[in-house]
Amino acid sequence: MSGVRVLVGTRKGAFILSADGKREKWDVSGPHFAGWEIYHLKGSPVDSNRLYASQSSGWFGQLMQRSSDGGKTWEPVGNKFVYDGVPGTHQWYDGTPHPWEFKRVWHLEPSVTDPETVYAGVEDAAIFRTSDGGQTWQELPGLRGHGSGPRWQPGAGGMCLHTILIDPSDPGRMYIAISAAGAFRTDDAGKTWRPINRGLRSEHIPDPTAEVGHCVHRIAMHRSRPGVLFMQKHWDVMRSNDAGESWQEVSGNLPTDFGFAIDVHAHEPETIYVVPIKSDSEHYPLEGKLRVYRSRTGGNEWEPLTKGLPQKDCYVNVLRDAMAVDALDSCGVYFGTTGGQVYVSSDAGDNWAPIVRDLPAVVSVEVQTLP
Amino acid sequence: MIRIILPQHLRALAHVGAELKLDVEGRPTLCSVLDALEARYPMLRGTIRDQVTHARRPFVRFFACEEDLSHEPPNALLPDAVASGAEPFWVVGAIAGG
Repeated sequence: MSGVRVLVGTRKGAFILSADGKREKWDVSGPHFAGWEIYHLKGSPVDSNRLYASQSSGWFGQLMQRSSDGGKTWEPVGNKFVYDGVPGTHQWYDGTPHPWEFKRVWHLEPSVTDPETVYAGVEDAAIFRTSDGGQTWQELPGLRGHGSGPRWQPGAGGMCLHTILIDPSDPGRMYIAISAAGAFRTDDAGKTWRPINRGLRSEHIPDPTAEVGHCVHRIAMHRSRPGVLFMQKHWDVMRSNDAGESWQEVSGNLPTDFGFAIDVHAHEPETIYVVPIKSDSEHYPLEGKLRVYRSRTGGNEWEPLTKGLPQKDCYVNVLRDAMAVDALDSCGVYFGTTGGQVYVSSDAGDNWAPIVRDLPAVVSVEVQTLP
Repeated sequence: MIRIILPQHLRALAHVGAELKLDVEGRPTLCSVLDALEARYPMLRGTIRDQVTHARRPFVRFFACEEDLSHEPPNALLPDAVASGAEPFWVVGAIAGG
């Protein structure tokens, strides 16, 4: 019987939650790398036993881990991330130039064809690639070399490259997003990049429609329609029908359009999910009610999903990498909170239940659908 | 033979116990001890000092013989008691944050 493996990164270690296709009884494994911040774990889409994890701490820096047995055992791999050439400067919070400094890996995106190839999105923002299973990492310098780098600036969480989407029909095309620079696209496997932020409007920057400077929180895509993108910006939920050439707002009837996470149903490319958060300074749900909002129309028309979720006194956050979907026939939706809960819905959001309630603050959630 | 005591998280990473022992050629310095440590346990590269500049990570400190050696230059000789193995060389994670 098929099953799922949920990979959870937290502020104090990684956890692996496993269940069969019913998704009712869960086995909890962890903490792995206890005491370390695990910003992200992700499995290879072509080898479900091959996992990669980003492990870091303020004391001991960045480590990278690799598993070849589905997370039962791990081995440290290369952790040397050196910017290509002279790193240059970006804007600091006060607008002054600040040298590029590597801090940590936020997001890992394994190749859709090769388990040894992985892309890493890092802070300060850049994209690296390994083609030897994580032993060595090389920057794809065309992104920072685009020319707009000196105008990028950090969001509140740091200047992080947090989203990497690979077009499954054309691996040469990738999208990335940086807080706070915006979204970028490459059509030549990472050699050259260009900003794709036309249509975004950010009132908190000097030029609200600038080419770069937007605080994009997350982008999602359905693999059957890789040219259609959904974005949770700092404020605003956006949509692009033309691979990011232009964006339209689809916040519609959301009670607040601030948030971090966004994802797409595994089988319905127009069904999308967000978790509205009150504001940029109040990082918790409105009215203490934890509600996932679902749109079955690709945006604009949203319905709250509340069954099984706390509807009073709930003041957790759901971070940008902390939502995922499985690919079982009845699509499972998962998200983790800064309060340490990981929730699952095995019916596309209609009903929710906690898998675990008391983990450290959850930073990331990924799901593998196993044969 | 040099005795080294690592912080708990680095012991777990390197799969070593409370104290490890290393042979270091010549009169040991901060740099030669860390070189030998990273050669024997490559998973520690980057966790104590920067892999390119070799600058000590900000929240890591070095102690021996009740002295703070954190700000000594890389080629500074370690105390005789460390060189002889009578006293251990401590790598310490600073007490900061949670």
